[in-house]
Amino acid sequence: MGFDKFGRKSFTAVTKTAKFVDLLGEGKIEGTVCKKCGAKFFPPRADCSACLSNEMDWFAMPNKGKLETFTTAYYAPFGFEADPPYTMGVVDFGDGLKLFARLTKGIKPEDVSVGMNVTINPLKYDDGQISFEITKA
Amino acid sequence: MAKDVAVIGVGQSSFVRGYAGSIRELAFEAFREAMQDAGIAAKDVGASIFCSAPEYDKQRSPAGVLAEYLGLIPQPTLYVESVCSASSSGVRVAYSMIKAGLHDVVVVCGFQKMSEITSAESQERMGRGADIQWEAPFGTMMPAYYALYAQAYMAKNGLTHEDLMNVRLKSATYGQTNERAVYRKGIKAADFDPSNPDAKMAGAVAWPLRVGDACANADGSSCIILANAEKAKAFSKKPVWILGIGAASEAVNMAARPDFAKGLSVGYGAAAQAYKMSGLTAKDIRVAEVHDCFTIAEIMAYEGLGFAPMGDGKQLIREKATYKEGRIPVNVDGGLLSKGHPIGATGGSQMRTIVLQLRNEAGPMQVPGDPDIGLVHNVGGVGLYGNVTIFGR
Repeated sequence: MGFDKFGRKSFTAVTKTAKFVDLLGEGKIEGTVCKKCGAKFFPPRADCSACLSNEMDWFAMPNKGKLETFTTAYYAPFGFEADPPYTMGVVDFGDGLKLFARLTKGIKPEDVSVGMNVTINPLKYDDGQISFEITKA
Repeated sequence: MAKDVAVIGVGQSSFVRGYAGSIRELAFEAFREAMQDAGIAAKDVGASIFCSAPEYDKQRSPAGVLAEYLGLIPQPTLYVESVCSASSSGVRVAYSMIKAGLHDVVVVCGFQKMSEITSAESQERMGRGADIQWEAPFGTMMPAYYALYAQAYMAKNGLTHEDLMNVRLKSATYGQTNERAVYRKGIKAADFDPSNPDAKMAGAVAWPLRVGDACANADGSSCIILANAEKAKAFSKKPVWILGIGAASEAVNMAARPDFAKGLSVGYGAAAQAYKMSGLTAKDIRVAEVHDCFTIAEIMAYEGLGFAPMGDGKQLIREKATYKEGRIPVNVDGGLLSKGHPIGATGGSQMRTIVLQLRNEAGPMQVPGDPDIGLVHNVGGVGLYGNVTIFGR
């Protein structure tokens, strides 16, 4: 699968990390880890900024984290007009790993709070796009 | 405190919606004012730098086109961008050229004509100023990014919607006194009251940020003319010196940001460098322009610049310390919120305001007490780039 399948709408067609989308299709949310120095990256990188290596392995992201922050968008950019309102947030897994994504569609604002426990799940849209989302743990 | 590079001329166009002209004509408005202010001719200029956020105009590589229109050929010209802090970055490059001895006088012209695209398209482009590979696919936009900071910050530090509203009320107070501002109407607390059906500022954009928390898009241009010490003394009766200049960058992806409740790291980083270079501290600053693209950004800037301890910026707005008569006047020209934010022109416009303040020429916006040291804080993207510049007489 190409990276143009990623997210509600992708702006990137070609990347060396396109395997991320294949893994997502198998239900796996993975980052990259440097074979030389062990640095972990999410979102995935093809090149290690710590030791300059380009040899990477994939590793499974933690599944449980805390919602560090979030926002509910009532307007959307060009190409996303059908979607609002939608909530996006940052999950902190500890160990230096964080993740940015939308929260489950339709989640009520009063059910979301800073610091709440969340998990991450793969997601397939009806039009074939593939992504991942944050859900309440 | 080294006095090696001075501002000898400042100019800006009116910031407007739907400028009735092309980018070269828009740039000329600020350039004309700055050249007349400096009292110099095109032959005195050694080089020019043009600054904007790309993609708003059809013209590819604007520097050559604008340099010709401004009458600055055959001198060298180039284009510098760091989105919303483009013209501060341009001044940083000009400062370096002058310090290196390459040129005696450099013109830095920032411009942006945002009105040629719709607001939604504009949001899409601004969203693409962040991470297009990993974040834009979720439908990100500038207000949402700043709302991520606002949400975490408010939860930790007790900042309220009323505090944010009060930042906007301050900017509207001064926007009314700035004849170059795009938003010159007054704003009242009732405009933020959701129970008021006519509350034009209350609608949620990206919660917790509302309409009234966001700056106004505008078309506009700015121009700053810099000179070395010899030329500054020869040309200018009132040179304003660059005493300190700092810049920093941060990870583009939100997943790599350290702590949302602590604000933008680039504000702290750029300020620390500028203070160190100038030998000054926050207490020495008499007037400041900070990057209030959203109300929350002004609160975070107070802390990055050391005007308030981390987490305590709300006290400054509660005590009206950043009003004109306060301890540290901030954005008394209306700021980005009311003056408007024509992206590439913003840093130069902030610098113009500070230079006029230090020359006691700011008219109805003039801060009392003959301020001698001023500061400009200009951020690009969602705290992706940060620039802090300290000026003194």
